[in-house]
Amino acid sequence: MATIVPESRSKRRQVSLAEVLIERAIQVTGLSAVLLVILIFVFLLREGVPAFFQVPISSLLMTRWYPIEDYFGLLPLIAGSLIVTGGAAIISLPLGIATAIFIAEIVPDWTREILKPLVEVLAGIPSVVIGFMGMLVITPLFRTALNIPTGLTAFTGMVLLAWMVLPTVVSVVEDVLDTVPKTYRDAGLALGLTHWQTISRIILPAGKSGILTAFMLGIGRAIGETMTVMMVTGNAPRLPKSPLDIFMPVRTMTATIAAEMGEVAQGGTHYHVLFAVGLALFVITFVVNLAAAAVVFRSTQRAERMLS
Amino acid sequence: MKLPRQISERIAFGLITLAAVVVILPILYIIGYIVVQGAGAVTWNFLTEMPRDGMKTGGLLPAILGTLLLTVGTAVIAVPIGVGGAIYLSEYAKDNAGTRAIRIAIINLAGIPSVVYGLFGLGLFVIFLNFGTSILAGSLTLGIMTLPVIISTAEEALRAVPQSFRLVSTSLGGTRWQTVRRVVLPQALPGIITGIILGIERAAGETAPILFTAVAFFLPRLPSSVFDQTMALPYHLYVISTQVPGMPIRIQYGTALVLLLFILSMNLLATLIRRHYRRQRVW
Repeated sequence: MATIVPESRSKRRQVSLAEVLIERAIQVTGLSAVLLVILIFVFLLREGVPAFFQVPISSLLMTRWYPIEDYFGLLPLIAGSLIVTGGAAIISLPLGIATAIFIAEIVPDWTREILKPLVEVLAGIPSVVIGFMGMLVITPLFRTALNIPTGLTAFTGMVLLAWMVLPTVVSVVEDVLDTVPKTYRDAGLALGLTHWQTISRIILPAGKSGILTAFMLGIGRAIGETMTVMMVTGNAPRLPKSPLDIFMPVRTMTATIAAEMGEVAQGGTHYHVLFAVGLALFVITFVVNLAAAAVVFRSTQRAERMLS
Repeated sequence: MKLPRQISERIAFGLITLAAVVVILPILYIIGYIVVQGAGAVTWNFLTEMPRDGMKTGGLLPAILGTLLLTVGTAVIAVPIGVGGAIYLSEYAKDNAGTRAIRIAIINLAGIPSVVYGLFGLGLFVIFLNFGTSILAGSLTLGIMTLPVIISTAEEALRAVPQSFRLVSTSLGGTRWQTVRRVVLPQALPGIITGIILGIERAAGETAPILFTAVAFFLPRLPSSVFDQTMALPYHLYVISTQVPGMPIRIQYGTALVLLLFILSMNLLATLIRRHYRRQRVW
């Protein structure tokens, strides 16, 4: 019996074959994210790049999108995406900051416990449901209120998108309000500032970069949103000429892919051009999200330096 | 003229409250409105019958079943890879360039528009691997889309387990994997499950990724294998609210309600699990 003890200890120390295999598998899954990003990029390139050989760049930069007659001008789609996304980001930022301040600073604890999950519920509502309600409730409302021929406009898309990206903006801004050191807040109040002065002059400026992140993540989400936009913006691929055109129908890049990919011939020019649009969306969101992450990274470094 | 600061605080807080109400009330309004308008349509037959007469009467069975199958498929793909990836990042990865590349990749996966995932699924699974428009291709597409959500939430749950737990396990002679398997994973499980449910909930409500990879406008019979096309609730709602003229409004609201209940019940489940275990936690 006496010999068993050292033996079993040596056994325990020994890493079994099964364990080696499991750890290998875990490493592979760890790398999966990188592999998938590369795979997605490769397949978008594979199907999208032929578009640039089949359609001259000058044609892609024209203002007419009418694939049936081989007009593949991308400008109206790009403009549509920019207008709807930009509008949504501009509307959602102040609302998001205000909602985050309201939840984090103004309401009592028990209300916060209700409101936080409620805002998360909004993030969970499928975009097709929001598009559906937009069509049935918001669209007629805007048509009569603004006295325009159709409620399916860029503006409708902006408002609904702004609302949909709010959970993202609110949660990031809440994090910002949380991470500003408590001493800042105490210093403000000790100097006799009101609660609002402390928020507006100390806490928000200290969280500036976090708010920039929220803005960019909002843009990243808004530009990729598909179903809601397709259902409420009217889908007319026309280049806006005046600011008032936000009350006219537009067509975004995402909606174009979703609406047309089902009907194109595989391997045809139209098919490749739609993939090229997808490739553009991939690159845009890649850059926007990377920039947002870089801001967070830099600001945490700065905060660490300041506090050390 | 400068306003007295107490008054400017009142005004500012008033505006903030107004903005918050503008944001929060519509959430309740939408849910309440769909419940009120749709409740009349949702009967047992509505849930268990095939659609008839150009989908204008009958039930949602194939769409509900399709969404369930796609949801299970998403979980089968995303859970092992996602949790594995999270374990790697939390327990094994060193702070080096490779790990930073993984983190950047996750951020970007999370940001890719859902319709672009649909294109990718079409290019890789439907055409290149020749799975066709099928439950398999749709599940793979949704699973990949869900991956970053599961990796990030699971990693967060694993990292929340105190370092001392790992030290104790190691000091008792446990190997790294034994520590992960017997100590860290069980402690982090509630958090991981919450993340999985939230990720899959998002996938279940998505339309754009399955648009060209899995769904059909209408199918007269239920799918019999993973290589079959399927109907799905979100796409069905899109179809009957935009593509079918003369669709009774009651059916549209009923469909929206079923989809919403499906999603919100998962959301509620995740919230309850999180609350329950947060209260029980010993550390």
